[in-house]
Amino acid sequence: MSDHAATDIDRHVRVYLIVFASLLVLTVVTVGVYELHLTPAAAVTVALLIATIKGSLVACYFMHLVSEKKLIFLVLALTVVFFFTLLFLPFVTSIKDHIGI
Amino acid sequence: MEIPYTVAARPDTGLNNGKIGIWLFLASEVMLFGALFASYIMLRVGATDWHAMTRTEHGEMILNVPLAFTNTIVLISSSVTMVMAWASLMRNQLGRFRMYLGATVLLGCCFLVIKYFEYSAKFHHGLLPGKNTFLAIYFTMTGLHGLHVIGGMVANAYLLGPGSKLWHENPRWFTNRVENSGLFWHFVDLVWIFLFPILYLL
Repeated sequence: MSDHAATDIDRHVRVYLIVFASLLVLTVVTVGVYELHLTPAAAVTVALLIATIKGSLVACYFMHLVSEKKLIFLVLALTVVFFFTLLFLPFVTSIKDHIGI
Repeated sequence: MEIPYTVAARPDTGLNNGKIGIWLFLASEVMLFGALFASYIMLRVGATDWHAMTRTEHGEMILNVPLAFTNTIVLISSSVTMVMAWASLMRNQLGRFRMYLGATVLLGCCFLVIKYFEYSAKFHHGLLPGKNTFLAIYFTMTGLHGLHVIGGMVANAYLLGPGSKLWHENPRWFTNRVENSGLFWHFVDLVWIFLFPILYLL
């Protein structure tokens, strides 16, 4: 392996350790917020926001999405569309039931 | 017969086939867990008293938050050791790779042992999946996640043991396999990052 590649990996490792520390801090924050006993709406918003930030850190850096090829993003974009359709489709049908169409 | 594009990138996709394969598999996994997350939301929104199902008669949470917090730290740590195992191979350090991947498998074991104690305590108190909707979705989601942890550990143990022979024949191919196994392991960690707050804290 060339010196350039070795330096590149050293840089990656530094990023991994920073992400690790961030994930630990965010996990503590998640539990800290839970102890505050916020209103249900605020608790759900904050908990999901922190989980999304943590999940993005794992996907972007540990799973190397920051430097991934276009095709992977296309696959993931399609997955995101289907995932949210799956999540919200039941609500759409229940709204239709309420308004009687 | 030699399998094409295990190491070299395909000219049309710019990726080796293993990388495409694992990401397509992970996309299907997102939909599998997505179906359960959607079911969780529907069951929770439709429940008459969700709060009562998650508490004991004394008003305490039936799930053990400190144990789940510990497991979150364990799984995050195992993701770091997994990615460090891959980085060690990129630096041609097979010894360090073994150390980091061994730590990843051990941390996976640690997660399952903690989960075993959690499940045992629930069973001991008669908190079985059939008791209420919350416990049914809790055992389904954490049980499926636990099976994924076992699957990831089997793949990693293979790469640590007999699978590592490939390193001496084709180091680049072996490094790609470790990266792909790592992608699955990080996905398992990612699912837990969402399971922890929605089941234990909300």
